[in-house]
Formats: sequence, structure tokens, C-alpha cells
Amino acid sequence: MAPIDYPQQAKESLLAGIVALALTVPMMGLRTTSGQDGMVIDIRMGDAALTTLGVAVGHFVISLIRQALQQRSPKETKTEKSARLKSVAIWIGWASFAFALTLPVTLNLTENLGLHDKTRYYLDIGILVLTYVMLGWGLNIVVGLAGLLDLGYVAFYAVGAYSYALIAAHFGWSYWVCLPLAGLFAAFFGVILGFPVLRLRGDYLAIVTLGFGEIVRVVLLNWYQFTGGPDGLSRIPRPDFFGLPFKRSSSEGETFHQFFGLDYSSIHRIIFLYYLIFILALITNAFTLRIRKLPVGRAWEALREDEIACRSLGLNPTNTKLTAFAIGAMFGGFAGAFFATRQGFISPESFTFIESAVILAIVVLGGMGSQIGVVIAAAVLIGGTEMFRGLEEFRMLAFGMAMVAIMVWKPRGLLANREPTVKLHGDKEAKP
Amino acid sequence: MSMLTVSGVETFYGAIQALHGVDIHVEEGEIVTLIGANGAGKSTLLMTICGSPQARTGSIVFESEDITALPTHQIMRKGISQSPEGRRIFPRMTVLENLKMGAAFSEPANFDTDLEQVYTLFPRLKERAEQRGGTLSGGEQQMLAIGRALMSRPRLLLLDEPSLGIAPMLVRQIFTAIKQINVQQGVTILLVEQNAYHALRLAHRGYVLVNGTIQMTGAGKDLLARPEIRAAYLEGGAT
Repeated sequence: MAPIDYPQQAKESLLAGIVALALTVPMMGLRTTSGQDGMVIDIRMGDAALTTLGVAVGHFVISLIRQALQQRSPKETKTEKSARLKSVAIWIGWASFAFALTLPVTLNLTENLGLHDKTRYYLDIGILVLTYVMLGWGLNIVVGLAGLLDLGYVAFYAVGAYSYALIAAHFGWSYWVCLPLAGLFAAFFGVILGFPVLRLRGDYLAIVTLGFGEIVRVVLLNWYQFTGGPDGLSRIPRPDFFGLPFKRSSSEGETFHQFFGLDYSSIHRIIFLYYLIFILALITNAFTLRIRKLPVGRAWEALREDEIACRSLGLNPTNTKLTAFAIGAMFGGFAGAFFATRQGFISPESFTFIESAVILAIVVLGGMGSQIGVVIAAAVLIGGTEMFRGLEEFRMLAFGMAMVAIMVWKPRGLLANREPTVKLHGDKEAKP
Repeated sequence: MSMLTVSGVETFYGAIQALHGVDIHVEEGEIVTLIGANGAGKSTLLMTICGSPQARTGSIVFESEDITALPTHQIMRKGISQSPEGRRIFPRMTVLENLKMGAAFSEPANFDTDLEQVYTLFPRLKERAEQRGGTLSGGEQQMLAIGRALMSRPRLLLLDEPSLGIAPMLVRQIFTAIKQINVQQGVTILLVEQNAYHALRLAHRGYVLVNGTIQMTGAGKDLLARPEIRAAYLEGGAT
């Protein structure tokens, strides 16, 4: 690698500066303002000079950094690169785990220090991101592992949310009973949908699942007596902390803050919801990591690779796909139940096709089958668009641009490397 | 009683008839080969035995059980195993994972023994155990496909063109391995081949398939000696 050629760099930066000057003099240096007798040209060459200087110096610094980076990492082999990527991925995984685990505490501390006053807002974003992480992980089972392109995942999210809301409202059962039931209902719907359509492949499957997603939404919209139609369902019971409600006071016994001797604060419930979705998401992740090492998980991956080969090994493709569909749907249902209890109100509007598209985008952009990729993609797509809420309608533009950028530079997703599930030496646990 | 009896089988792809009443039988412990030109129906016959596509008429009996109308995945759990045409290994999964898939329906306790047996047969697979299937050479992929098929401890092994697109040196290795599988492990083998010379030399018996019907049958060495076979399938000399 050649040493950095400073004079050459300086020359190029100077050139960039001249181009900037040519542009800034007419565009920034001369400005028309309406004076008392018509238009007046306001000459502001200082601004133009400053911008030019900024461009030249910035160009110089950036190209130096770029060259330094190139020198530090000479061409690495493919195995070295994948090993490095793997360690980076593991590092990112633990870092985001630690970040997510301590987020409420950090936010509280920094707020007390007076650095910001929006703990509740940031926690809400955190909950939203984690919900999508969980949905992404759930869909990753179907799309990433089993290779079934599902464009109607939101249907299971909706089924979970509505089953939770209806069961909780009609029977008055606790959250901890309704949550698994909602998951089971969603899985049941997964089987009902899966049975007739899973003989289809690729594009055809995608279209049918897309249709199913819409059917569920339209049914929810029109079955007024049962689902409340466009009015939705409101006053969905809030979750409690193992029997202790998050209220200022309760006629039926102690509340959360009384039991723990704390002052009442509405943030308790938010923090509880945050950790609830955090744990639900972690369960999804642990489940996926585990099942990949079991025969059924390996069968999903094999099915994605080659269906004919699978059949010739005695695998029943329909059953294998059905389990993937049902389990993916179940996690979607859990997330839906969480969504319902967090919002307290649901309507068909929350379950439009764009939701399916966003979840699918998270899975694809993250790198199909990559768990950490999903986290990064969810943080960027959901957290990012939420952060840019100030930009109003340009938000979606940024969303689209981020997607295009990832597809250009990382066409197989952010983290496309697949981890083998069996190792040659050690790792006895992987053997069933 | 033969291990496998195919009688009067007719198979169609839509309206096109590919097999016109084929009768073959395979005895236990044999290597039987099926040779013929491109499009003669060799692979179709093999796939019909596997139930995909299913025979429209005729019957296929394996170990006294009629398997004609069973779905593929059930046939493949009855002690029949197949190394499909074009190998069809799982390219993104490692060699070891591919072999694990082959053992999906066999006793987990047998896994280590069976794996060792495959590794003895193809030491190359042991060296490449943690490599992805897609990064193997064609010959190694063929070894993997055969190894994967052996992991379910089949009594009948169906091989579809194992020499297709493989370096001549590896072809010899693979045919030696097929012989070993038959002699040492006692697996009956039905081999579909274009490479008539190698196949007929290896096989106890052979069938010649022409336009969906069996035209000739006999011991491997006898077929090899016949002038019409030499003319039709061994043109240009043996390799």
C-alpha cells in the first residue's frame, strides 16, 4: 500500500473548493431581498467563503480518513472476513442486549441529571422497536428459515390482538391466561391458512398470503357484532404485575406501587410493558436458536434449499411447512396480544398491508435467517422513522431511501452469513 | 420373491407417455443397472419407483408391499433411499448438516456409526465436514449425495446418474464406492447410468431402456459383449 500522497490530496481538495466557490458565489453570495423600493441584491460573500472553506477542508479530512481505513485493512480472505463479521455480529448482539436491558434505568438516570425530559417518549419508541423485533423474529421463522414468502403476516398479528381483546373482555381472564390463548389461536389460523395453500410455491404463495392478510382485515372490518367493525375494540384490560394492578388505588386490594412501597407514577406501567415485550422477544429468539438445532428446524432450512431432495429423504414437505407457518403465526399472535394490551384499543386500521410489508422489510434487510440482522433493521426502520417524525411526510422518503441503500450495498441483507447448526468437534448439545 | 418388482408400469407427464409398460425386478444383494439414451425414460422409471410422478397403470412392489400409490415421503421411509439426479445436496448447509438431514428418520443412536461408515467410504467428506455443500466440487457433491442417502440405512439404494458431469478420475472412485456399498454393507443397488461401460461392468444385471420400453436384458458382462450395445452406447470406445 502506497503512503498517503498529501500534496495530491491537497490539490484535489482545492479543486473541490473551487467547484464549491463557483456554486456558492451565485447561490449563497448573492441574495435578493425585498427592500423598500423593490428588490435589493444583498451581497454576502462571507457566507460563500465559509462554505467553500468548509467543503475544501471537509474533502481533505474525509479522503484522509478513507485512505487510512484502506491501509489499515488490506485485502482479507473470505474466511477471515466471515470470521470477523461473525465476531462483530456477536458483539453487536450482546451490546444491543445490554442496551435494551438497561434502557429504562439509563433513561431515568439521565432524566434526573437533567439531560432530557422525555423518558416516556423514548420508552414508547423502545417498546415499538421491540414489538417489531419480535414480529421480525417470528416472521424470520417462516421466511428466513423455511423460505416461505409470507406477505400476510399481519393477519396473525391481528388474530392475536383480537383474540386477546375478545377473550379478556368476555371472560375477564388474566393477561397471563389470555396471552398463550391468543398465541394458540394465531397458530390455529396459521394451520387453517397453511393447509390449502402450502402446496403453492414462491410467487403464488406470496399472493395467496397477501390475500389472506386482506381477508382477515376485511372480516374484522365488517363483522360488526363481534369485532366492533371500524370502531374497533376499546377498554382492553391492561396487564397487571402478577395480580398487582398499575393504578393509583384499587378497590380490590393492593396496587403495584403500594405493594412495593413506591410513590405512584404512570411510568411504572410503561417500564413493565417494556420489559414484558423484551422478555417475549427474547423467548422468540431463544426458541428460534434452539429449534434450528433440532431436526424440525434443520428440516425447515433444508426445505428452503431443495424441496425435491427433502422429499427423497422421507420428509413430508406439507407437514414441515405447516409447523413453520403455525409457529411463526404463534409468535405473531403473542406480539398481537401484547399490542392490544399496550394500546388498550385496537381497530382494523392497525393491521393493514403496510404492516406486513414493514415486517417483511425488516427480515429481508436484516439478512434472511439472521437474528441480529433483524434487530438492527428494526432499530433503523422503526426507531429511525420514529426519530424523524419531525420531518413529517419526508419520513417515508427516508424509509425508502434506507431500503434502497441497503439493497444496493448489501443485496443479501445486513448480516447474510448463516451459522452452521452442528459442529464437528465438541458441541455435544447440538446432537439430538 | 424379488426385493423390488415393477410390472407393467406406464407413466405419463400430462398427456405425454414416458413409460410404456415397463417390467423389471431387482433381487436382494444385486447391483442392477438401467442404461439407455437421453430421454429413454431411465430417470422417469426411477422417479416412478419413488412415487413422483406416480404410475398410472401397473404396480410397484417392494419387499412384498405395494408402494405404487404411496406418496414419496412414505416410500422413502420404507428402506428405499435415493441419490437424485443432479445430486441436489443442500448448498447452504454444511456437509455434516447434509448428512444429518439424511438421518432425519433413522435411530439417533446409530448416527455416529453410520457417519463413520460414510466417512470411511468417502474420506474426502470427513475433511470437508464443516464446509458448505455448495462449495464442494461436483464429484464431492456426488459423494455427499450418496453418503446422505446411506445415512438412513437403506436396503435398496437408487442412484440416478452418479457419473454425470464429474471428472473421470472421480467417476472411477465413485463406482468403486458403489461396489463397496454393495459388497461390504450388503445394500441392493439400482443404478441409472449413461456411462454404459462402467455401469455394465459393475452390475450383475442390466436393462436397456429404449423409448419407454425395456428392449434388452441380461447379465452385465453379456450385455457389454453384444455388438448392438457396443454400437449404440459404447461408440468411441470405453473410458
